[in-house]
Amino acid sequence: MKKHYEAMKKAGASLAFFAFISVVLVATTNSLTKHKIEENQAKMLLKALNQIAPESSYDNDLANSKIIIEPTESGFSHATPVYLATMQGNPVTAIFEVTTLKGYSGAITLLLGINANDKSVKGLRVVKHHETPGLGDKMEIRKTDWVLGFNGKSIGNPDIEHWQVKKDGGDFDQFTGATITPRAIVNAARSTLLYAQENMDGLFMLKPEKLTKQQIKQKNKDKLKTNKKLKESE
Amino acid sequence: MSATSPTDTGLDLDDALPPKGTAWNNSERRKITMDGLWHNNPGLVQLLGLCPLLAVTGNLINGLGLGIATIITLTVSNIIIAFTRNWVRKEIRIPYYVLVIASIVTVIDLSMNAITPELHSVLGIFIPLIVTNCLIIGRAEAFASKNTIKRAALDGFMMGLGFTLVLIALGAIREILGSGTLFADASLMFGDIAKDWYIKPFEEYQGFLLAILPPGAFLVMGLLIAMKNVVDKKLKS
Repeated sequence: MKKHYEAMKKAGASLAFFAFISVVLVATTNSLTKHKIEENQAKMLLKALNQIAPESSYDNDLANSKIIIEPTESGFSHATPVYLATMQGNPVTAIFEVTTLKGYSGAITLLLGINANDKSVKGLRVVKHHETPGLGDKMEIRKTDWVLGFNGKSIGNPDIEHWQVKKDGGDFDQFTGATITPRAIVNAARSTLLYAQENMDGLFMLKPEKLTKQQIKQKNKDKLKTNKKLKESE
Repeated sequence: MSATSPTDTGLDLDDALPPKGTAWNNSERRKITMDGLWHNNPGLVQLLGLCPLLAVTGNLINGLGLGIATIITLTVSNIIIAFTRNWVRKEIRIPYYVLVIASIVTVIDLSMNAITPELHSVLGIFIPLIVTNCLIIGRAEAFASKNTIKRAALDGFMMGLGFTLVLIALGAIREILGSGTLFADASLMFGDIAKDWYIKPFEEYQGFLLAILPPGAFLVMGLLIAMKNVVDKKLKS
């Protein structure tokens, strides 16, 4: 009995030792790379935003001119970040990062740029999705130019009743073999445009928050809570 | 040893190991190489790591991406496990392997994200998949824990390469059958020069969707294994 106990103690201690080394290794790598990764992510975000609003069309710090629309007040299913592009202080484009859960397999995140003057679509890009490869992924700009069909459209062009895929009696093409994905995107774009019609001017009045790290942490916590609540209520 | 016998998993290959003290010579290197690439190929014979193997091989480039990520992880994990093999007690070896593999994968993921963000945005989704690849732990247990660092490194690299070749074959067949293309998305991995690599062999071909979906993965995989067995049989007779 005692022998077993000794063996267990030794095994446990050596495992703990190896675990300690692994933790040190991972923690060191993390602290070495963290800053660089954040920088890269900011660059990627700016690149995605610039696909919709070209660099020449605005003169502010776009990636940091961000406000967050809380889901409760807006009808969005998630907290929705909006990036505000301005030229000499005048509103140019608001880029909504909309997440819809109506995709074929999970959430689809898209960037929808809306012109400040006539509330028409400046551009739409799908940035994150898990749709079926070969079927639902035709909304990626590198596969087909389907998303370019949204450019210049607004509520009223076509009429609100026609802001649907063709299968539902609207104006927007679905892809062969996939209706759910385009339907999710068209519907998300429609509700965002509706929201923008009501609230666009107000958005540009808001000063983008300059948050301290502490506040951001708190915000993220709150976001998790509201997401949890939403999930529960679903 | 037939490839289809149920006991033929990667975890009881002790009989395939060289006797202790075998000289590190050319024939030894050849044996490890041929084991990884053909006789004991992780994809076709050991059938390890099927989950990521079947999941990502919808096209050739995805297969190549997962393959490269696997080669790196498998080689590094084999080296570390061979290096520490005399200090790890038998009772704790499995949790130890899990610890090593998970740490390596995390470190590789973070470093790639920081150093080569473009490559990471392509390979990034495959790296977490590697943690679920039992090939890595299988080689740790069956080979690296009993062999010298040199042997373990070669074994890791060759097993990874063998796995990659299967991934590429599977990805290429599925891509041609399923979408009628080859080298789609190559520019994501190799930059703009790769845009010209894109081939569409049959202009009119619309693609047989089943091949890209999971059932197609199983069907093509089964055919590949059968083909290997046929070749083996021919070689024997």
